[in-house]
Amino acid sequence: MPTPSLTGLTQAILDLIAMCALLLTFVMLGSHWIRNHILAFAAQSWVLAVLSAFIGFSGHYPALLVIAGLTLLLRGLVLPHLLVRILDRAHLNREFAPVLQPAMSVAMGALCVLLAYGAALRLGQTVDGQSPVTRIGLTSLLAVVLIGFLMLILRREAVSHLLGLLVIENGIFLGSLILMPGLPLLLEFVVVFDLLLIVVALGMFVRHLRAEIGSTDSRALDRLVG
Amino acid sequence: MIWASLEILFAVTTAASALCWIVRQPRVAEIINLAAATIDCLLVGWLLAVTPSSGVRGFGDFLRLGPLGLWVMLCTALVYFLASLHAIGYMRRMHEETAHLNRFYGMFAIFALTLFLAPVENNPGLFWISIELTTIASAFLVAFQRTAETIEAAWKYVVIASAGLSLALLGTILFYWAGTFTLGPSYNMTWSRFAAIAPLANPGLIFFAFLLVLVGFGTKVGLVPMHTWLPDAHSEGPAPVSAMLSGALLNCAMLGIVRFLEILKDTPEHTLAQTALVAMGALSLLVAALFIVRQRLVKRLAAYSSIEHMGIMAMGFGFGGALGVMGALYQMLNHSVTKSAVFFGSGSMMRAYQSKRIAGIRRVLDAFPVAGLLWLASALAITGAPPFGIFWGEITLLQGGMASENRWAVVWTAVLLVVVFIGFLSHFRRMYFGRPPTRTPETAFHWTELAALALAVAATLGLGLWWPASVWAYLRAIAHHLGST
Repeated sequence: MPTPSLTGLTQAILDLIAMCALLLTFVMLGSHWIRNHILAFAAQSWVLAVLSAFIGFSGHYPALLVIAGLTLLLRGLVLPHLLVRILDRAHLNREFAPVLQPAMSVAMGALCVLLAYGAALRLGQTVDGQSPVTRIGLTSLLAVVLIGFLMLILRREAVSHLLGLLVIENGIFLGSLILMPGLPLLLEFVVVFDLLLIVVALGMFVRHLRAEIGSTDSRALDRLVG
Repeated sequence: MIWASLEILFAVTTAASALCWIVRQPRVAEIINLAAATIDCLLVGWLLAVTPSSGVRGFGDFLRLGPLGLWVMLCTALVYFLASLHAIGYMRRMHEETAHLNRFYGMFAIFALTLFLAPVENNPGLFWISIELTTIASAFLVAFQRTAETIEAAWKYVVIASAGLSLALLGTILFYWAGTFTLGPSYNMTWSRFAAIAPLANPGLIFFAFLLVLVGFGTKVGLVPMHTWLPDAHSEGPAPVSAMLSGALLNCAMLGIVRFLEILKDTPEHTLAQTALVAMGALSLLVAALFIVRQRLVKRLAAYSSIEHMGIMAMGFGFGGALGVMGALYQMLNHSVTKSAVFFGSGSMMRAYQSKRIAGIRRVLDAFPVAGLLWLASALAITGAPPFGIFWGEITLLQGGMASENRWAVVWTAVLLVVVFIGFLSHFRRMYFGRPPTRTPETAFHWTELAALALAVAATLGLGLWWPASVWAYLRAIAHHLGST
């Protein structure tokens, strides 16, 4: 939305929802129980569904209502369900050997948000003057993506890596909803479809990891070097 | 007619895959797959002849067939054909897996299908999806053998490639966002639209988006430092899969970078973007050269050579100018066929000697006079020795570099190419002339393995001896279209 004409209330609700989504990534960062991560991911997807329904209503983008439904169904129910199934099959429940303590992870997450805010401020200023929508959109986009990468780096469990990828995708989706609600429906549709494929593929690999290597810890993946 | 033959191409490949899953007979599946590959090859050849140089659109605005996309499809089709031929003999010798071979061929055709789909996508978002689909299809092929190593390679491949590609998606939607400032919140996303909006948009945002795309697709191309999945996936998959990954998949991902570079051609950031691409290529070349010199495994050697060549191609596209782009494109075709030959030879020799290590393979010519000679020729060709095709690609590309802003990279490349030449061939010297091996190799090569190897070497030799004027004109037209004169 290049020239936003939002009332104060709409703006405030937008901010609130985006912040909720961002906070939920911190729930994932702070806990080492993988089941909690999946729940937080599902909750984040529901928040995104609410956000897209809200933007759809207030900005008159009927396509976003369809996207809200899709998000709720696929990101909010199907993906978490598949993840829980993978978890149960692999008999996992928590991150056994975290690289960092939860508090330290959260502190690094906070640094990511600061970095994202700084970048959003600068980029937003050159692109769009002082628009608060641009600022919140870019901040939440970059912050969630950065935290997703942080999860990929800090976690050792295969399923946590999968969740990291999904969080990155959620971040991109969150930012694109706020910044460009007119993004073609088709794109969103195929991206979600693609996520399903990745989860199914990686779910199969998790089973094989367990069978062939005996562990789903990424530190066991050290045969191929040089 | 053009669209009809493209539809036939997709239909044939899809049908071949479905049939392979249905018939369950490995011997039938390998014939079906080879037949599909042959038909695809002929169709792409025909399309190359009839498609006008301005390109054609179809299926609404979703697909666009242009010279650049067709060139990439040509590489894919050739490698698909050669790899399907080689697979027949090679996969039969993989005794432990023969019962599931129909699944292998089914997946192989799906992989080829996704690779044919990417170059014709007219929507950058759908292009991204196609590239992501190639990851999933090929990961199953890499993990076909179900050992600890292949599962590890496939896992790393999917996680790293998906993480990288998510950055490319971010870059793509930021390009879209840049367009909303001039075109309004909703518009049809196509390559030409992006090219139209780029000069009007904020340069900082455009450049930021380009860097994200460069890193994202660069992960899939295997540019250093995002290359870490590549040696694992290329070395652990079966040889025909390695050939497809190296000779077809990397080109498709490179196409993404080239298309986005083309979008920037009328912006003030174009030179900077070119330099970014050249710098990344130069770094890839350096790291690949170092790993080639110290390599101990046969297929990893070939994998690092792919990183080296993609780095050189990235530099060619980054140099720009007619010669830079033409050299990079000629290099792309030659690398595809030559690297296929190197992987075919490596795979067959690894099977024969029952060893992945360079040290386990000795006195190749004693046991395999014909195949050994062909494999040696492919090794010479891949290091850029004349009279093979890669030599001409590299020379042309470096000439383009001399005329560009990044002349330093020409010297850099020349020095490192010598290092690669010495390093790569010294491994081959040891494999060909060392002490006799401790165990005698099993000499039964299937004729299809030899045929694929011979065809690939003949192709690169032919392209080295004769660069046809029509191909020159064709590549010149692509370079012109990409904004280089």
